[in-house]
Amino acid sequence: MVDLSVSLAGVSLKNPVIPASGTFGYGREYAELYDLNILGSFSWKGTTGEPRLGNPQPRIAETEGGMLNAVGLQNPGIDAVVAEEVPHIAQLFQGPVIANIGGFSLEEYADNCRKLEGCPQVAILEVNISCPNVHAGGQNFGSDPKSAAAVTRAVKAATKKPVFMKLSPNVTDIADIARACADAGADGICLINTLLGMRIDLKTRRPLLANRTGGLSGPAVFPVAVRMVWDVYEAVRLPIIGCGGVSSARDVCEMMLAGASAVEIGAANLRDPYACKTIIEGLPAVCAQLGVSKISELTGGAHHD
Amino acid sequence: MKRSLFTMEHARQLTSDTYELVLSGDTSAITAPGQFVNIELPGRFLRRPISVCNWTEEGALMLLVKVVGDGTRQLVRCVPGTELDVLSGLGNGFDLTQAGQRPILLGGGIGIAPLYGLALRMLDAGCTPTVGLGFRSQADAFYLQEFAALGCRLLVATEDGSLGTRGFVTDIARNVPECDYVFCCGPTAMLKAIHALPQFISGQFSFEARMGCGFGACVGCSVPTVHGTKRVCKDGPILFKEEIVW
Repeated sequence: MVDLSVSLAGVSLKNPVIPASGTFGYGREYAELYDLNILGSFSWKGTTGEPRLGNPQPRIAETEGGMLNAVGLQNPGIDAVVAEEVPHIAQLFQGPVIANIGGFSLEEYADNCRKLEGCPQVAILEVNISCPNVHAGGQNFGSDPKSAAAVTRAVKAATKKPVFMKLSPNVTDIADIARACADAGADGICLINTLLGMRIDLKTRRPLLANRTGGLSGPAVFPVAVRMVWDVYEAVRLPIIGCGGVSSARDVCEMMLAGASAVEIGAANLRDPYACKTIIEGLPAVCAQLGVSKISELTGGAHHD
Repeated sequence: MKRSLFTMEHARQLTSDTYELVLSGDTSAITAPGQFVNIELPGRFLRRPISVCNWTEEGALMLLVKVVGDGTRQLVRCVPGTELDVLSGLGNGFDLTQAGQRPILLGGGIGIAPLYGLALRMLDAGCTPTVGLGFRSQADAFYLQEFAALGCRLLVATEDGSLGTRGFVTDIARNVPECDYVFCCGPTAMLKAIHALPQFISGQFSFEARMGCGFGACVGCSVPTVHGTKRVCKDGPILFKEEIVW
């Protein structure tokens, strides 16, 4: 019997598998397919202060081993989420929920987090300072250590819940950003968001996406994510949620060996809606092969001084 | 929605780039014409969303596929016996109960696919629609015999006049002014032109979009409507005339 439970800044998860923000909505679509209670947690769709329609079509392009998206943080806004989605989630899932929070100003980030204080099921705030698909926000905060620290401080002052900062890979040194967040009081780090990319239609000679650029995800980014989780694990003493191209139980273990305490599954859910279920069911066998009885023992296991 | 394995039974080439595929599998999740399936192809990260042309409860699934890229080429080249991972029963489908007394089905190019299953079920329900199909030329036309065999009034238009009326499906529509309700599927420019015709008191429009998941999770295919944002894959692909925003 393998113990799959893990802990994230004092929050216990029954296993390390977490559907990643933006690939799981607020849980409704997947709840029609399987019991969400098998999940360690799930990270809901990035939510901003105001409702957002997102970017014009097309927003999706396929790539070798992955995809680009330029959804642009479409969401119903924090008030609608608190009023409608939070009570509905409670019916679908009884475990701890990760609230992914977006914003365009320090005040907005703080307000959004404050509005979740009365939602006991929201166990962790995942603060998105890394969305590549919105202008004048998102990634701008995550590409500079000072502004990343400023968002961290603003959010920490607004909430008692553990705060995980979700970082962008589109930076020179992600460890610098992680250190700035840690110094500003973050309780954990989530990485990576998508890599900025572009496809061009040969026939029209225009970018495939209406937004021109989009975020690359899928198996193609997995080695990039593993490397960055490794770097951040070396840089800060905070729990890490590893994210980026994870598609199998073996990928989960690899990400944990790089330094992750828990692992998010993103694009894989879009290709196979049962991806998280299949991965969770596969974890005991992989752990047994690796000779570990507690999966949490894997975290950071590839770092040998 | 259901995920299951379908087996390719046969592929028949209809025009230079269009194929009829017959697959067998569990069709129980398909509940209305106008729904689609999302097919996983080895080596492709995203599935390919394909409109259902027709299906039987016994497990036959008919698709009409136009080759538009490497993925659709790979799909039509699958040999009989190939097993494909399919998400079936996706999208809302056409609502037959709204058809009224004088409906017309208008399809352009590969957009005629869902209209075949729709016409069949309207006939089953005791309503005989008029069918108008548009193609670029006679060489691009397909499924005319299959539609003719249904016994509906069938009108054809081609852009170059090589078959039927010269022009578009909107020209067909103008020739049958008694038809006041439309079901349509085709290129966006065609849908837009039909939407602008005053003769239709209402109608149902099947939309196409680049999709991530096909089941509503990623909101990659969302479009604005008068009722707010709708996901083409989950809240559509059929939108009603009154709610469409271009």
